[in-house]
Amino acid sequence: MSEADQNILSMEGISKTFPGVQALDDVSLSLKKGEILCLVGENGAGKSTLMKILTGVDKPDSGRIILDGKEIQAKSPQHAQSLGISTVYQEVNLCTNLTVAENILLGREPQKMRRIDWTKMNALASDTLKRLLGVDIDVTKALGSYTVAIQQMVAIARALYIESAKILILDEPTSSLDVNETEQLFKVMRKLKNDGVGIIFITHFIGQIYEISDRITVLRNGKLVGTYETSAITRVGLISKMIGRSLAEFDEMTKIKLESSKHIRSEALLQAKEFGLTGAIQPFNLDLHVGEVVGLAGLLGSGRTETASILFGSDKADTGSISMNGSVVQDYSPLSSIKRGVALCPEDRKAAGIVDDLSVRENIILAIQASKGWFKYLSLPEQYEIAERYIKLLNIATPSADQPVKNLSGGNQQKVILARWLAINPQILILDEPTRGIDVGTKAEIQKLVLSFAEDGKACVFISSELEEVLRTSHRIVVLREREKVAEFSGEVDENTIIHAIAGSEA
Amino acid sequence: MKKPTKQVLTWRKITESRLFFPIVALTLILLFDFIFIPGFFAIENREGNLHGSLIDIFRNGSTVMILAIGMTLVIATGGVDLSVGATMAIAASVAGILMNPSALKNEVFFITDPNYTFQPLWLVITAALAVSLICGLWNGVLVAYMRIQPMVATLILMISGRGIAQLITNGLRVQITYKPYAFIGQGWVVLPFSLYLVAIVFAITWFITRKTAIGMFIESVGINFRSSYFSGIDEKKIKLLVYTFCGFCAGIAGLVASSNIKTSDANNIGLTTELDAILAVVIGGTAMSGGRFSLLASMVGALVMQAITQSMYAIGVPAFALQAIKAVVVIFVILLYSDQVKGFVQKISAPKKEV
Repeated sequence: MSEADQNILSMEGISKTFPGVQALDDVSLSLKKGEILCLVGENGAGKSTLMKILTGVDKPDSGRIILDGKEIQAKSPQHAQSLGISTVYQEVNLCTNLTVAENILLGREPQKMRRIDWTKMNALASDTLKRLLGVDIDVTKALGSYTVAIQQMVAIARALYIESAKILILDEPTSSLDVNETEQLFKVMRKLKNDGVGIIFITHFIGQIYEISDRITVLRNGKLVGTYETSAITRVGLISKMIGRSLAEFDEMTKIKLESSKHIRSEALLQAKEFGLTGAIQPFNLDLHVGEVVGLAGLLGSGRTETASILFGSDKADTGSISMNGSVVQDYSPLSSIKRGVALCPEDRKAAGIVDDLSVRENIILAIQASKGWFKYLSLPEQYEIAERYIKLLNIATPSADQPVKNLSGGNQQKVILARWLAINPQILILDEPTRGIDVGTKAEIQKLVLSFAEDGKACVFISSELEEVLRTSHRIVVLREREKVAEFSGEVDENTIIHAIAGSEA
Repeated sequence: MKKPTKQVLTWRKITESRLFFPIVALTLILLFDFIFIPGFFAIENREGNLHGSLIDIFRNGSTVMILAIGMTLVIATGGVDLSVGATMAIAASVAGILMNPSALKNEVFFITDPNYTFQPLWLVITAALAVSLICGLWNGVLVAYMRIQPMVATLILMISGRGIAQLITNGLRVQITYKPYAFIGQGWVVLPFSLYLVAIVFAITWFITRKTAIGMFIESVGINFRSSYFSGIDEKKIKLLVYTFCGFCAGIAGLVASSNIKTSDANNIGLTTELDAILAVVIGGTAMSGGRFSLLASMVGALVMQAITQSMYAIGVPAFALQAIKAVVVIFVILLYSDQVKGFVQKISAPKKEV
């Protein structure tokens, strides 16, 4: 009884289905007054959908939301805000060319004789920042002249200016902040907490979760895994709850990888010499051997994607050369790469991978047909034969080969793109983030597929922002940092060594 | 291997078909004609040739139908071609001046000899089509290789094309009396000759887009050109192809139009027909943003446009009010396409769930 009274917010049994995917399945969450609750989960776990439902962007299929003892259903973000639910998004969506004061009070400017009362407005803004957040800055300067952290504070101030803000949602506010800026933000969060505001904090950084939060709610694949007292759960425990992988499965992958490494031969399928592109990636040397999976590790913006695209030819290198099977490659373009047997599964599945209105069958045969040209059109039976074969091989869940690919879930779309590339029977497969935003089961399938692909006398370049995944699937790991190849590891390496290489500090 | 399951025609399949709404629109208009215009469906047989209002819809619609074929492909790649009207005028001017070059000497001969032509017919037609092909190629280069917005790129030729056409005819209207040329737009072999032209262009285009990979590539480029590029499709070549082809279709339409009025009138031939062609494609259900297309549906779309015009004339709407009335009807037809209305129709046509 008393616990329920403390809750300023509870969401109960929330479910939400989007075409082809169950985004949320019976998820519940509660928030107490003056509490910082961390909402964690991998990409696609349902965090943002849950928050969108809370703030009125999406409507739930079922479930109820209780705020301060009353059942509510926000119709729009504006409505949610008037109910006392304020949100600060990952990207600061304010106007950088306006002043800080204008940003905070935009649309609610104090007026005097039907004109904006600038003196009062600046005073009000300055006071809000100082009183609520303890930030003392010149509010008449343009927002763009301040750091991202300060802009973030201004966004919070704007969100809290509404007097009755009871709940503040912070959606990955720290992803673009440095250590000091994060500390500054945390100070503000603690102050708000003491003032009795309930905060839902979404972050990917495990360290920050432990530093700031009281409780943690973990989501996985749209389901609630559980809510835990931060002090009562270890980091390892939390991560395994997030990724939900059992030790047995881990062992199985290790065994498969060990087995497949026997198939590596010393001959090089592809050799890149001093290969690079100004502004994208420093010249590097790289050999891909027969039967090998080479992982590219590094942070976002370290040059992973750039390396993939110049190897494939979608971006043209300006120094060095590649040779395949001993002969130097002359022309770089996606089409000539496909004809040579090089395939790239690009990072952005929606923008550069699927063709969403075309059917699964057409998506699968697209690259084969492109390499055959305009006139050697695959007959319909041939198309169906290829499509059905890969639907079966990759276990693609689709009602039929004629289904538009946009109706499939993210993981199945990814498999369709993989099928497109496997269908051209490539020598070298470059996979840029092939498992992003897809469920854990499919991830494991794709990882196994990569290893069995390499076993057939081929080579694979595997890029992922999840280091653990790179470690599990790669025989050799190349580390990139600030658009430069900085290290290469083969054989057994532990995560720490790689992390130090990525960070650029001595182990 | 699993055979693709044979598609059963259900009511739902029919309403989801691309052809459904254009045909509904056409049927509604014809129904209106049937009720309000006596004798609209009467077809009379004159010396073995068929005549009547219904036939006229097809005959007068043939230029827009031919334009719509090329326009469908351009719109399917996510582009648009505003210059087809001007290209028609250019083709007509080239053809006219080659049959009657008197305008070049700044004088107008009223030739009455139906057998007189300055150049042989094959050369007249080849030259006119070659020039329209170049017009299309120009658009294609601007859009595909110079990366200019399709609307802006083709606007250039839309504006300058009429000037070019005037230059060719020295600013004069060229009379065409040559009889074999007149056959293109006015000839009759049981059905109007221009309809056979439509059928031939349609059949060739259908074959090229549906029996080779080109149709799929056009759709793929229109839906997502980046994905297409990464899959090895040369999207520039595809775009160059469709704009060039669209110019070519405009050339044929220009020949039909000038043959119909026995004049190469650089100012008026094809005036605002680019908009009719675009509307025909839109009524045919191809999205302006590109992607899936249906040539047949665009043909029905062109007939809808023509049937509206024809019906308005038949019930005595004066020519100056025609555009306004047409706009009202077009708004109504386009409303049928809005997702809301479509959803409503599917909802009321869906079988009721059993409890």
